[in-house]
Amino acid sequence: MLPFILLISAYLIYSDARLAANPGDKLLPSPATLASTMHHYAFEEDERSGNILFWTDTVASLKRILTALAISAFLGVALGLNMGVIPFVRATLTPFIAALSLIPPLAILPILFIVAGLGELAKVLLIIIGVAPIMVRDLALRTAELPAEQMIKAQTLGASTWQLIIRVVMPQLWPRLIDALRLSLGSAWLFLIASEAIASTEGLGYRIFLVRRYLAMDVILPYVAWITLLAFGMDAVLRLVRAKAFPWAESGGSR
Amino acid sequence: MTQVTVKHVRKEYETQVVIENVNLHVTDHEFVTIVGASGCGKTTFLRMLLGVESPTRGEFLIDGQPLPQEPGPDRGIVFQRYSLFPHLTVLDNLLLGLEFRGSSLLGHLHGTRRREAIAKADHLLDAVGLNASRNKYPAQLSGGMQQRLSIAQSVICEPKILLLDEPFGALDPGITGDMHELILKLWNMNKMTIFMVTHDLKESFYLGTRLLVFDKVRVDSQAQDRYGATITYNIPLKGRRSTQALDAAFDIGKMRNDEQRIHDYILPLGR
Repeated sequence: MLPFILLISAYLIYSDARLAANPGDKLLPSPATLASTMHHYAFEEDERSGNILFWTDTVASLKRILTALAISAFLGVALGLNMGVIPFVRATLTPFIAALSLIPPLAILPILFIVAGLGELAKVLLIIIGVAPIMVRDLALRTAELPAEQMIKAQTLGASTWQLIIRVVMPQLWPRLIDALRLSLGSAWLFLIASEAIASTEGLGYRIFLVRRYLAMDVILPYVAWITLLAFGMDAVLRLVRAKAFPWAESGGSR
Repeated sequence: MTQVTVKHVRKEYETQVVIENVNLHVTDHEFVTIVGASGCGKTTFLRMLLGVESPTRGEFLIDGQPLPQEPGPDRGIVFQRYSLFPHLTVLDNLLLGLEFRGSSLLGHLHGTRRREAIAKADHLLDAVGLNASRNKYPAQLSGGMQQRLSIAQSVICEPKILLLDEPFGALDPGITGDMHELILKLWNMNKMTIFMVTHDLKESFYLGTRLLVFDKVRVDSQAQDRYGATITYNIPLKGRRSTQALDAAFDIGKMRNDEQRIHDYILPLGR
């Protein structure tokens, strides 16, 4: 808690000093300015569009990032599981996914805009391309590192390959999927903001880059704080789900 | 009735011969203990019985039928570790074998059939003394409890053969005595044939009805891998010896290595 208090105190002191020297200063707005701007954004309709901007932005961004994460998670489990369990799939796909995950996603953003247009699809695709290959690789490794003893034991208990997958492998993959999701949250937000900054009409990243032209720090700072809070909240929810739903994975024992 | 016959089995990896010329006949309801120095193919032999390795030459026969080339429900296994399912509670770990058998599509039992399975599991939980921990996860159990569960998990499927790969090797010496009583109890309850690899010579004498010693007969000092190990002693142990007699025998041989002990003091006991 202390570092946060120090940071906020430092901000208040410098903001106060700058505003005392120049009341028109835009760089470090006072708490009152921040509050009134945010009140305007979060509770009043925009004159031009009739939307309440803060919430339209939030909903648009969340929709994109959650769709992309859901699709990435699905790909991660579907491909990772098969790569982990079936040697043929592993041998075929591992080098391909490894190469794919090394393409800088931002470098192919223009391709996405050309092919998929400027709509939602390109933005969601960018996040998926940035996040999914790493998730697939991670889950493939996690699947492969399940002890061979477990698989043999299950076979001696009469398990078919299908039963082995649904009763032994998949249940042990879920907490690992949550870990992979938590680790990819940072890059998912990065790609979201990047795609929104370049071509969009709404979204948290779009708003920040839009008001940058007016040096509107009173919008940018609260938006950045809000994005951070959202990311932190998503992380906390995932952590909580993992602890509640998979208590066996908490104590860290791999036996 | 389960008869296990091993005929002229040889196992080699690219340049290394692990075991050669292994012949064995084991009759029903035997408790076979297997000892030998590290790297003498004890575990390889067990893995071939399990079906995860196949012999380069020779064959394994169970009741006259060739051994299937993959693990199956007629042969249970307990490893030294990692053979429990960490995401299932003690009870669910135990039920797993019954659920695999009872529900091929979902691998889950429901309603009456689940209650029947639980009744069966309850019986075993009592036998291995884990009924109080039935809702715990494996990570919350001690090493000894984990091995008891792993044994029960295999026994519930009523395998013809139970394979034990140093099951008590990672446990405190203090609790191995309890584990011995437990495994003997289950062995008598289920009338199965047990093959157990162990490093503990005394244990192998105490538990076994037949002791196999794996060792290399021929050694080429220029090419250590050229010759494999084989069964150098196949000792039927008639009647269970008292622990005192064993203690005495082992005390005499205290200063010597295991091979000398077998030769000088243990072999006469088996005759």
